[in-house]
Amino acid sequence: MAAPYTDLTTPHWDVIVIGGGNAALCAAIEAAEASATVLLLEGAPKVYRGGNSRHTRNFRCMHKGPLSKLTDSYSADEYFDDLIRVTAGNTDEALARMTINESESCLPWMEEHGVRFQPSLSGTLSLSRTNAFFLGGGKALVNAYYNTAEDLGITVVYEAQVSHLTIDNNTFKSVDVCIGTQSLSIHGATVVLASGGFQADVDWLARAWGPAAKNFLIRGTPYNKGVVLKNMLDQGANSVGDPTQCHAVAIDGRAPKFDGGIVTRLDCVPFSVVVNTSGQRFYDEGEDVWPKRYAIWGRLVAAQQDQISYAIIDSKSIDLFMPSVFPPLMADSIDGLAQQLGIGGTALSRTIDAFNASCPSGDFHPTELDGLATQGLDINKTNWARPINQPPYYGYPLRPGVTFTYLGLQVDKNARVSASNGPYNNIWAAGEIMAGSILGQGYLAGFGMTIGTVFGRKAGIQAARYAA
Amino acid sequence: MPLKNRPMTNNMTDAFTGSITEAQRQVQICNACRYCEGYCAVFPAINRQRSFIQTDIIQLANLCHNCQGCYHACQYTDPHEFSINLPKALADVRVKSWQHYSYPQWFATRFQQHGVAVAVTLLLAVILFLILIPRLQPASGEGFYATLSHTAMVLLFAPAFIAPLIIIGAGIRHYWRDSGGASLTLAHVGAALRSAATLKNLSGGQGQGCNFEDGDRFNNNRRWLHQAAMYGFLLCFASTSSATMMHYVFNLQAPYSLLSIPKLLGIPGGVLLTVGCVGLAWLKLRADESLGASAVWGGEMAFTLLLGATGATGLALYLATGTPLVPTLLAIHLGTVLTLFVLMPYSKMMHGFFRMAALLRDAQKQH
Repeated sequence: MAAPYTDLTTPHWDVIVIGGGNAALCAAIEAAEASATVLLLEGAPKVYRGGNSRHTRNFRCMHKGPLSKLTDSYSADEYFDDLIRVTAGNTDEALARMTINESESCLPWMEEHGVRFQPSLSGTLSLSRTNAFFLGGGKALVNAYYNTAEDLGITVVYEAQVSHLTIDNNTFKSVDVCIGTQSLSIHGATVVLASGGFQADVDWLARAWGPAAKNFLIRGTPYNKGVVLKNMLDQGANSVGDPTQCHAVAIDGRAPKFDGGIVTRLDCVPFSVVVNTSGQRFYDEGEDVWPKRYAIWGRLVAAQQDQISYAIIDSKSIDLFMPSVFPPLMADSIDGLAQQLGIGGTALSRTIDAFNASCPSGDFHPTELDGLATQGLDINKTNWARPINQPPYYGYPLRPGVTFTYLGLQVDKNARVSASNGPYNNIWAAGEIMAGSILGQGYLAGFGMTIGTVFGRKAGIQAARYAA
Repeated sequence: MPLKNRPMTNNMTDAFTGSITEAQRQVQICNACRYCEGYCAVFPAINRQRSFIQTDIIQLANLCHNCQGCYHACQYTDPHEFSINLPKALADVRVKSWQHYSYPQWFATRFQQHGVAVAVTLLLAVILFLILIPRLQPASGEGFYATLSHTAMVLLFAPAFIAPLIIIGAGIRHYWRDSGGASLTLAHVGAALRSAATLKNLSGGQGQGCNFEDGDRFNNNRRWLHQAAMYGFLLCFASTSSATMMHYVFNLQAPYSLLSIPKLLGIPGGVLLTVGCVGLAWLKLRADESLGASAVWGGEMAFTLLLGATGATGLALYLATGTPLVPTLLAIHLGTVLTLFVLMPYSKMMHGFFRMAALLRDAQKQH
């Protein structure tokens, strides 16, 4: 970082890309391949480059037959149906269908630009048909794209914090950026905004969601503070997505505040009894298989006191789910476990006793809805209800972990951003900063990377064409 | 849930236990992530278990080929608080496991850590031969046997070769017992040999190779250079063995012609060994030291150069046939070979034996 960056202000940049994750890289690579001169401004230092893409692991891909490591086929209609199910219809159908249709041609493009895929990871066989897994995960993908970018002569600057875009008469002129201690204004013919959502700005989250959000954990990068998004909205850009909402799942409560990523997931809820700090249950833990329910548990835990709750299991269930990153708290009695978890008195043992007394007899099937339901409780557990009676007992704290925010910039099918008085002439957006256009609610595994790739490529192509 | 460690054959040093504890911590995080499953055999081996006792970690460490793919793909490397550096953590355990299973252990620690100790040994060995050769000159004999009689050579080298092998064999037996190894089938041996012969665990899982001297870019430089060194070494070994057979069984004395079996094996073997080792040393200079067992960098570098020197001095000796340089070159060559043999249980040479044992054990665990 010793080199002075004033020389960044002298070249004529055809395309300035703000952001350094998957969408930004796809845009930069497409633009450079169309002979544009490209400057990529990544806010994070090199070691943390790649935004939330570094935590991802797969790409949801439509395909008519076996494709790379993907098995069988996944039709556009089935893909769209899956999207409708998770978003409850909260999507722009035209944009969504276009994204789905173009995902198929993206996969070979990704491979041509250095991305490698591997067969579905162990424990995720259900995704082998729909999601192509990156060999080594999202950081390996990000590394491959940065190497491709370097080979194409793209100028990459790390720790480049963009604070303001100068826009005149719906036309982008320049970007104000702070690199290290140096503040610059860099002019460009076009700009691609791919700087993510605002979930790492906890104050903003708290303003949008309520003070409880201060206790949320942020699963991804601490660098997505939404500065560019806010700057655009302040200047009158059209927005999409519910500004008060974020996607939050229940994760290990001991996870780091930021960047805990995949390992903080806890899959034990269906086999456990979940209580709040008062030792009371608050929802049916056995409503459905975990992948279909983990998203609602983020909200459920967020509604509890101190935004924390505890999953309690016994030794019968300890090996039924993916290993946790932190070992569980362990005790030989329920009271001993309650003490470790900080649940006062005998509230937990009363809850467990009542639960145990209501458990039916019958066959337990961990991988399917087995109908083993409690009877007569205020809140029944409708599947996998087995008494918690075989010591040692284990407890995992749960907290809401925010994955992304929904508020974003409205784009058209060419990724172009618009203001109330019409589209901007030379501003495009891709990735989480515009994903709310398509993913208005819920989440579909691997779809964020699909949106980022499809719109990143489009943005890069369009920007290079405009600049030419 | 947390399993109890089994008692091990030898007492463990605190440093060894410490390295294992750190690797255990990291492996637990890897097992919750699993993104690296496709790179090598280590991750599928991790995924087969939920918790890891000391001997499990030692097995994983010897299975790891230090391709470094997982490090560059990892979301949790420094400065992240999880501070994952699995290639280094496993390299530390691996090196200490060779010390642990060697005898005497302090010997292994010294030679692995100090390249200078290797160099001094080499120097002493060369001096030994410079002194011995004029004194053991036979009345008759051809080629370098005119300089040092075959019997004298065998008397010196047989124990220097066999004793280290006995030490290593005992270590491998302890390793096998500690890791819970069962009796082998042909299928296990086949799988392990295939993996070793192709260096599958340096392929990156898809043939793109490993990360070593070029940051997060993949290439096969290290894999091909290691292949050259490994096959070169095996060819040289086969050459020496065939010459011994010809000498004793068929009563055919050296020197052998260019088209004889020892020469046909030995010359390409020497070239491959020299090129491979020089190349590996060059890569090691350019690689990121912090992703390996940095404490033994010096000893490993010295070993690589020593191994290459056995090939290079052998070739030099062959090229010098009939010149007055032969006695000096012979002393240097024999000193190099003797040092290599004697230091086998105390040097990186251990990796070949323990890697093979780990591959066998892994094949066994899979079937």
